[in-house]
Amino acid sequence: MIKKSTIIPMPLRYLINIVLFAAFLFVMNTLITGGTISKYYSGVISSIGISIILAVSLNMATGYLGQLPLGHAGFMAVGAYTSALIMKAAAGSLITFPLALLAGGLVAALFGILIGIPALKLKGDYLAILTLGFGQIIMVVLLNIDDVLGFKLTRGAAGLQKIPKTTTFLITFICVGITCFVIHTIMKSRHGRAILSIRENEIAAESCGINTTYYKTLGFVVSAFFAGVAGGLYAGNIGILNPSAFGFMKSIEILVMVVLGGMGSMFGSVLSGGVLTALPELLRDFDKYRMVVYSLVLVVVMIFKPTGLMGTYDFSLNGLLDKLILRLKGGKGDGGGKAVLVEKEGKANE
Amino acid sequence: MKKFLSIALVLVLIVGCFAACGSKAKPEPTAGATPSAAASGDTIKVGIIGCQTGEYAQYGVSVMNGATLYIEQLNANGGIGGKQVEIVNYDNKGDSQEAINAFNLAVDKGITALIGDVLSGNTMAVVGEAAPLNMPMITASATADGVTYDSESDTVYSNVFRTCFTDPFQGEKMANYANEKLSAKTAAVIYETGNDYAVGVKDAFIAKCEALGIEVVDEEGYATGDVDFKSQLTTIASKNPDVLFFPNYYEDDGLIATQAREVGIKATFIGSDGMSGISKYASAADLEGTVYCAGYAPASSDAVKAFEEAYTAKYGTDTLNMFSANAYDAAMVLCNALQIAEDAGLTAGTDEYKQAVIDAIRDKSADLESITCNGYTFDEHNNPVKATNIMKLVGGVETFTETY
Repeated sequence: MIKKSTIIPMPLRYLINIVLFAAFLFVMNTLITGGTISKYYSGVISSIGISIILAVSLNMATGYLGQLPLGHAGFMAVGAYTSALIMKAAAGSLITFPLALLAGGLVAALFGILIGIPALKLKGDYLAILTLGFGQIIMVVLLNIDDVLGFKLTRGAAGLQKIPKTTTFLITFICVGITCFVIHTIMKSRHGRAILSIRENEIAAESCGINTTYYKTLGFVVSAFFAGVAGGLYAGNIGILNPSAFGFMKSIEILVMVVLGGMGSMFGSVLSGGVLTALPELLRDFDKYRMVVYSLVLVVVMIFKPTGLMGTYDFSLNGLLDKLILRLKGGKGDGGGKAVLVEKEGKANE
Repeated sequence: MKKFLSIALVLVLIVGCFAACGSKAKPEPTAGATPSAAASGDTIKVGIIGCQTGEYAQYGVSVMNGATLYIEQLNANGGIGGKQVEIVNYDNKGDSQEAINAFNLAVDKGITALIGDVLSGNTMAVVGEAAPLNMPMITASATADGVTYDSESDTVYSNVFRTCFTDPFQGEKMANYANEKLSAKTAAVIYETGNDYAVGVKDAFIAKCEALGIEVVDEEGYATGDVDFKSQLTTIASKNPDVLFFPNYYEDDGLIATQAREVGIKATFIGSDGMSGISKYASAADLEGTVYCAGYAPASSDAVKAFEEAYTAKYGTDTLNMFSANAYDAAMVLCNALQIAEDAGLTAGTDEYKQAVIDAIRDKSADLESITCNGYTFDEHNNPVKATNIMKLVGGVETFTETY
């Protein structure tokens, strides 16, 4: 069911979103550089942004493509180490960081292709186990590659140190915006529809002539790319990388964000990525009990809303504006507005 | 009903979001505003950060208890120049990102100095934030070389100190000991590959052995979580070394010791301070004659006994170990330095104050009645110069034999 609304024309819709997002960036950035928001809060906000990228990108593979990969932290690790090594090698230049992020994403995407092609021939549990294995392999390789090959690259268990701390609020949230925009437009395009059809019924999709292997790999690779970018941001935020930070639990943590927000809902991923990252910090005053509260929230949500908070609902500002305009035009409250909307939809479909 | 509930839950989460934003908007003391915030109260705020929950909680809790014990004793005796010392304590779950968050939050709360972090990796992440602020910090447990000294750019982090040994120091010490006291000609090592502590100690041990002319006949690694070491140990047994070195934690060391005797290794076992506590994990017969170096020798002097008594009365014996003793010393060194800075009449939180504290830690800690050594002096990398305590397993009991 594709809703097409003609109330606000297409270019204007993008413009509204871009202007609002730019205003948000500008206001927050001014507050942070001006010192109104302290370093602690800006650090937490940056890690919220990184979590959002991770959750939204995993949502691509889990929610839209309908697979269950458990190796997202592996892609993040690949991206993080790639970016960190580039940043260390060519520190100082303004262009280095964006390039390092891009390279991190590309290398992660390359691994996505390598893993994706064999992995996506499998389904369900088998895919989960294979990707889980991939995540572990990445971690163990990063840990031991220096000893085995006899050079100093990842520095093993001691960790890669002194990475320039280049991640700022602005760069993080520009990446968040780009991630959401790219994944959103892919999903609204022909390719996105093909990906959704695979989730709904793979056999039916294949019988309609959709190249399922291609589209599954595409979804997987896009997901891996943004995980790599998030890894690069993480490296620049924290300044030291240790392979144990990218273990199995990290993958699960990201998956929890996606499931809690609602598989197939980008808004859900953004919301839960933000809340689940902020929650442990907000609960700091409860100290020892904070992990209990955090877990309790997860349990309660899963009992009362197993599809996740948002289900597959996606928030659209322009959709909301459309309704508002219709209501104002109709002037008769809910019923009138809906009637006009249906009428308009009917026309659009013709 | 379900719909209502889900809407309610969404609202709760959204309110949570806004609550976060709301607290952000509050006029929190920023880094720039810290001096006045810190100076206005009648307390001196000291941060304690460590992994108090999670996988390595036993270290974090020991450090927290040890440092808290000293500060409470100090407060009971009148504090520093009439001011009470207030502890700002945060948990980091052993995660570097959380460690940075915890540190920045502690800075927001107006701390003048920090005791921590606990794990080496977390501490290095915190050093990245603390070095630009020139915040005095002293760790009781981060043993990696990189905590105080960056070998890539050959710079020392002048604001960072520690009261524990470094990894390389222990490795070298035990190589010397094997050479001098055990007259070893050959040595073998078995170590945990994924553990920066084990790798750091091992590398230094092997380098020193080569310098001393001890032949390292074998070097075997194992993965974190392994419980069967027979294949590595059989290889070691075939080379018949004089000493077998364990730079690991005590649980693993206990298993390795038992299995090593089973495959017929006759070598003397030697270890680093991670071996402390091994007597509960292997039989007395297997361990007889094993030696390791420790930062703290239980009941070795009156001061140590007094510390142990006070600690046990407050926290029980479970967390009483090298980490709590080192943390007690760290708090002592830091509070002494704060006292000197206060006596000089400086304003807490200013650059001069921080520098005065750092200078005092470095130059004026030698006469302290610390419990793990006789006062602290620091070398050019801000590492403590202190003798190790050699512990020997005699009849299944870890016994203090000598300082070396």
